[in-house]
Amino acid sequence: MGLAKRIIPCLDVDAGRVVKGVKFLDIRDAGDPVSVARGYNEAGADEITFLDITASSDQRATMVNVVEQVASEVFIPLTVGGGIREVADVRRMLNAGADKVSINTAAVHNPELVREASDKVGAQCIVVAIDAKAVNAPEEPPRWEIFTHGGRKPTGIDAVEWAVKMAEMGAGELLLTSMDRDGTKVGFDLGVTKAISDAVEIPIIASGGVGNLQHLCDGVEQGGADAVLAASIFHFGEYTVAEAKAYMHERGIEVRL
Amino acid sequence: MQRIAVIDYGMGNLRSVAKAVEQVAPDDEVVVTNDATMLASADRLICPGQGAAADCMAALNAASLAAQIKDMVGTKPFLGICMGLQVLLTESEENNGVSCINVVPGFVKRFDNPLLDEHQVRLKVPHMGWSKVQQRNNSKMWQGIDDNARFYFAHSYYCEPDDPAQIAAVCHYGHTFAVAVQQKNLFACQFHPEKSANDGLQLLKNFTQWDGEPC
Repeated sequence: MGLAKRIIPCLDVDAGRVVKGVKFLDIRDAGDPVSVARGYNEAGADEITFLDITASSDQRATMVNVVEQVASEVFIPLTVGGGIREVADVRRMLNAGADKVSINTAAVHNPELVREASDKVGAQCIVVAIDAKAVNAPEEPPRWEIFTHGGRKPTGIDAVEWAVKMAEMGAGELLLTSMDRDGTKVGFDLGVTKAISDAVEIPIIASGGVGNLQHLCDGVEQGGADAVLAASIFHFGEYTVAEAKAYMHERGIEVRL
Repeated sequence: MQRIAVIDYGMGNLRSVAKAVEQVAPDDEVVVTNDATMLASADRLICPGQGAAADCMAALNAASLAAQIKDMVGTKPFLGICMGLQVLLTESEENNGVSCINVVPGFVKRFDNPLLDEHQVRLKVPHMGWSKVQQRNNSKMWQGIDDNARFYFAHSYYCEPDDPAQIAAVCHYGHTFAVAVQQKNLFACQFHPEKSANDGLQLLKNFTQWDGEPC
């Protein structure tokens, strides 16, 4: 009792605009990040995650402006990920108004970055994003590995061991995405979520696969997630954040109403 | 028009604090500064902060801000946020022990590892997210805010003031601990009002209007 489970809408940002990917191909412009974030705040989102998917590095500075604008008007926690490669990138985003910075591929290439960043800005500002994929054969016990580059590049690193290592190095939170489930709408991979949640002391955000509100409950109750992240169910207006909270509340999950 | 100074010692998300205050006090001047003259001339002070205790105290000491804060506390309304609360106590056990400013006698402790709830279920640390804040005094800082309203937290260390009468609010997470302290015209909170949506903005608004009287 006490701490609410968090619902976190995730926004993809490309060159300063929120975009919605439809079936991984068609990228549709979904508007101005400030107004989208404001709408989610009014609907009761507990936090907002921005993922910078800008391909060209010369447009990276655009994301700093986006964070500055949103943080000037929307007074809930903001997490920013995508393109974070060094401590200077972390600082730039925090100074712009982000509360947490998510490190993904760079942590795999250089785990010391997590320690260095955590020492400098505090563990509570450092999220390590883990993209995991099941790699066991059907008859084997479940096992997951870390993939980079949007799930295309295997690393051979065991996902649970990696989570433990990242927590030891100073991550304050883990954003766990199942690459098998991402975009499928069949629900979180509860196995990997539970395995990692049980293995570390820090909070876990479950991501990848949400298609309905029951999936959010399952992530918390069966996966042991402390927060649930979803993109498409909120973007395409299938459900509002308020509906998600009401649904979870009715099923006895503590949420901020 | 009054001047509200956000103390800049290079640690943490000062911009969000300044923007939130500007939002609730559009007619006031909000400055982010470490300049002694500017701080002395301000009508109100806000001390935010993020990061490790050792780094925060080192930054405050390097800029002679620790001594200035000690001198100014009591002379004008003062709001500490997160590390801006913890540095006011006597000592923190973070980083193998750090001497703090010592204007609020007491200690800063880490949550137990493992931190367990009443059913022996392990709780996550950092304590991150929205928890209920139970008010323990009738401070003007709570005006317009419901008892047990949720505020946003992100911390692994908590404060234990020596004098329980200084506790303005508590939270329950594994055990009950102080999340706001008040000493005359000083109010300091562990949670982040600048990230706590409407209730957080209300608390900041209350601070901009606070006459510094305890209740």
